[in-house]
Amino acid sequence: MNYPLKRILFFLFCIFFTALHICAQDIDLFKMQDEQNKKDDKEKTDIVTATFKTTRLINGQSIENVGRGIMDVKISHRFGTLNSGAYNFFGLDQGTMRIGVDYGITDRLMVGIGRSSFNKEFDGFAKYKLLRQSTGKRNVPVSISYAVTGIWQSLKDPATTYPIHYTDHFFFAHQLIIARKFNDYFSLQLVPTLVHYNIVPLASSPNDYYSLGIGFRQRISKRVNITGEYYYQFNKITGYYNSLSLGFDIETGGHVFQLQFTNSPGINEKTFITQTDGQWQGGNIHFGFNIARVFTIVKPKVLANTKW
Amino acid sequence: MKKAVLVLFIASFNLTIQAQHLFSTKTGQVLFNASSPVEKIAAANNQTDSKMVDKTGQIVFNVLIKSFKFENQLMEDHFNENYLESSKYPKAEFKGFITNITTVDFSKNGKYPVTVEGNLTIHGVTQKITGSGFITINSGKPAVNGTFKIKIKEYGISGL
Repeated sequence: MNYPLKRILFFLFCIFFTALHICAQDIDLFKMQDEQNKKDDKEKTDIVTATFKTTRLINGQSIENVGRGIMDVKISHRFGTLNSGAYNFFGLDQGTMRIGVDYGITDRLMVGIGRSSFNKEFDGFAKYKLLRQSTGKRNVPVSISYAVTGIWQSLKDPATTYPIHYTDHFFFAHQLIIARKFNDYFSLQLVPTLVHYNIVPLASSPNDYYSLGIGFRQRISKRVNITGEYYYQFNKITGYYNSLSLGFDIETGGHVFQLQFTNSPGINEKTFITQTDGQWQGGNIHFGFNIARVFTIVKPKVLANTKW
Repeated sequence: MKKAVLVLFIASFNLTIQAQHLFSTKTGQVLFNASSPVEKIAAANNQTDSKMVDKTGQIVFNVLIKSFKFENQLMEDHFNENYLESSKYPKAEFKGFITNITTVDFSKNGKYPVTVEGNLTIHGVTQKITGSGFITINSGKPAVNGTFKIKIKEYGISGL
């Protein structure tokens, strides 16, 4: 592909060595290697990876994508609230869940679909990496991704005095994810979000809801990270609150297991950002977990031609 | 990851300078396999930078840790983040000599068994190692193949 360029590099290399050879009879590869390393270090751009451990921080999208050709099956579960009493076993009797499948089309673009039991919603999303944090020759301080989610609510409509069109069951969320991995121990992300309702509860309610998400990851051991996520709503539907979640990411070979406490019963962007019906103060806290398992659908090119 | 890691090294060289011949490549391959019966833990790196001198048998190669490709991307992240700590130790390198280079006739096609001795640096730790393999000469162009068996513990790699 870029063969001509390679040849030029090779040629320069050759001249360098011929010159060296005249003054020194013997070639010392060790010295050459050290010099080469120094030169490479200056020329190299290192793209930051693993800003977060998986593609969801807790409820919402993180800056991470699944790699090209990787399928990620996710099962998320939120129990009832802790304040629901001993009769409901502190929430463990109830629960909402989302089952979803994500797939990496390229290393920058991923798509996913899911179904949530909360409001019987189907969702589909796409997330694209616009900018990747890197150090070295090309220094980029942050990573930026854009995520768009479409949600279709299939819950049966209550009786209304006005006609409901099928498009009224659609909701959309647009998110810009700006993240920075400060070091191996700490990452932070900001997520300006717009959630659009095709239909709203009151004629006076707006259709667009703006919010800002903030999330972090703090490593406490090589396998365990503490995570947090808060979405501040600039305008909200009456009776709903801001979503606050705290959790743990626990890594094993092929999985990331997430445990969390959150005041949001729903798991897609519309429900957890704009339809969180409880507050932490009142003990409206849901315990929950996300399980993910990745499967390799398309092997990386390097491995496809490798004989072990 | 299992205790033993196997490093394989394959490279084809081509560059000639005067009486001593310097062979080099930027597309050598390093594979490693640390699979357990439960899970396949193996990766390949096709961007190995390597050089060799025919007269002295001096041989070097270095790889970027981040260029190792796994089938499972999550495993690749763990490999970089938890095991090799590639942001701290971005490279692995080998500097050594083929000890029986005199037995290799570079002008004659064939497959010559060789032994190699030198220093392998992984995860910021340098250890002396020996390995064996062979040089295949094909119309003046050598290709080197070899394996090393190493214990990751000796390189301070734990993952926990």
